[in-house]
Amino acid sequence: MTRYIIRRILWGILLLILVTALMFVLFRILPTGEPARLRAGRNASPRVIAALRRDLGLNKSLPAQFWIYMKEVIFHFNLGYSYYSSAPVRGLIAERLGATLSLMLGAAIIWLSIGLPVGIISALRRRSWLDRASMGTALLFVSAPEYWLGLIALYLFAADIGKVKIFPGAGSYVGLTSDPWKWFTSLLLPWLVLAAGSAAIYARLMRSNLTEVMQEDYIRTARAKGLSERRVVLRHGVRAAINPILTILALDIATLLGGAILVEVVFNIPGIGQLAYTAITHSDFPIVQGTVLLGALFIVVANIVVDIAYAYLDPQVRYS
Amino acid sequence: MSTASEPSLRVEDLRVEFSTEDGIVKAVDGITYEVGRGRTLGVVGESGSGKTVAVMTILGLTRAQGANITGRILFQGRDLLSLDEGELRKVRGNEIAMIFQDPSSALHPLYRVGAQIVEAVRAHRDVSKAQARKRTIELLGLVGISDPGRRVDDYPHEFSGGMRQRAMIAMALANEPKLLIADEPTTALDVTVQAQILALLERLQGELGMGMVIVTHDMGVVAEMADEIAVMYAGRIVESAATEELFAGPEHPYTWGLLRSIPTLDGPRVEQLAPIPGSPPSLIDPPSGCHFHPRCAYAQPDHARIDPGLEPVQGEPSHRVACLLAAGERRRIWEGLR
Repeated sequence: MTRYIIRRILWGILLLILVTALMFVLFRILPTGEPARLRAGRNASPRVIAALRRDLGLNKSLPAQFWIYMKEVIFHFNLGYSYYSSAPVRGLIAERLGATLSLMLGAAIIWLSIGLPVGIISALRRRSWLDRASMGTALLFVSAPEYWLGLIALYLFAADIGKVKIFPGAGSYVGLTSDPWKWFTSLLLPWLVLAAGSAAIYARLMRSNLTEVMQEDYIRTARAKGLSERRVVLRHGVRAAINPILTILALDIATLLGGAILVEVVFNIPGIGQLAYTAITHSDFPIVQGTVLLGALFIVVANIVVDIAYAYLDPQVRYS
Repeated sequence: MSTASEPSLRVEDLRVEFSTEDGIVKAVDGITYEVGRGRTLGVVGESGSGKTVAVMTILGLTRAQGANITGRILFQGRDLLSLDEGELRKVRGNEIAMIFQDPSSALHPLYRVGAQIVEAVRAHRDVSKAQARKRTIELLGLVGISDPGRRVDDYPHEFSGGMRQRAMIAMALANEPKLLIADEPTTALDVTVQAQILALLERLQGELGMGMVIVTHDMGVVAEMADEIAVMYAGRIVESAATEELFAGPEHPYTWGLLRSIPTLDGPRVEQLAPIPGSPPSLIDPPSGCHFHPRCAYAQPDHARIDPGLEPVQGEPSHRVACLLAAGERRRIWEGLR
């Protein structure tokens, strides 16, 4: 087991280096603006631009730039500096991680506490009107794009532009530590929008998994023992149906920690996603690189966590 | 108070139907039988004869599948069919227990074997976890698992097939049931293990004085285990008798088919095994008249019209058969076949 984990971690590190290299190459091949020119302003002289290129290290060869970047990342945990503000990328990310974390955590709690029970009830009452209604709604939310749902939600419920002014609108986010209540209310709408699609997916997953599990022989055994139906469903059925869902949950959480770009942009929440979005539109390469690396790191870690967790969740899984 | 002669279980005119998209499946079509105290009834038939549904219904396990059930299932003076889920739950795994065909899928793969038996104990007894665990180790020892104190914490996949069935038996015996239903308990096991499991069941039945219903397609198993036999075909009992009677003078052509399709060691090698031609009939739209007539070598034209009832065989009061052939003719044919 330990050897397996170490091997997985080494592979993960290699993967992250590859991702970084790929990003490095991609952003230099793609026709983005010349960073030095963008920074220097409209009418900068070639001398100023050349000086800026030297300052930003853009005059060096690509492998040399990559080498310098990796050295900084690995030995100093330094992700470089914004081409525009010169602010350290690490600091920018740290500032914004709280908002992204808040968004992810609340949304995950909401989609789990709606999706799983709905899926369980649908599986147990298949073809009932309740099942049909919830699966129909699920289909709607699965197909609805987040940004569309977000805009509709703002249009309907935001305090500033909404028809029914019950939730604070876009740009109302405040940190948890500065005002917990405002934090909570400002995030409610984004949480719901972000959770809707996932709740639908989790409900459908739980429904199909549990439907299958409830046909298993060991469910019949559990009933034959004289257990209550509640215990049969929760202890025997759901326990077996939930493993694949936990895998997806870990990956979903990791993806969202890398930034929920659409929701953060629509609701103007200062999170990682918004940071990445702004950086992309400005060709602020160090920030893009930093946020992508962070996202990749979360995915790699989540995958390893899932693999380790599986050894505990399913005794039949053994790594050697 | 019940008397010694009163049966442990009496099933009267049991019918179990399932509504499907293709029509109503009459899985069990009016069967009546008894299991005496400490006695063993063997229910024999092909796959699809309704035998498994018939016994699952005793514990109400077909209710979850939306079955339409009529008739009476009398156990200790109560009709189990009239009980609600809560009352029935107190019977399941407590007074009547069940073991199943495939022990590798009947145990929950994610829980330890011991924990699953502990759960069965605690479902009906108000004992602490530690006490239930002690009882579980005892039970595992009783069913012949060596080093039960260690194996109690194994997961099902760490057990062999035979051990899993032993664990299932231990689970079934956890609350010393008065009746044990064994649905094809040895079908999924190796031949050598089959014999061990049957011997174990026989020994435990003797020790605990349980009644037993053993469902199987294997005439060898009922010959070994059963006191009485009921032969099922297309959801009905077509012949029932004491085991010796049935093997000495089987009356139904279907029973002949079952007996002649098993090889014997003492018979001459040149003797051909005689499979029953055709396959079990549809339970949605069974053949008219005698349900067996399309596959019966001795069917007469009017057998497609007349539906035979289960009638006593002359001279053998406990032997009953549902066949339209004349008694003398049946004897003559069987004499020729054996």
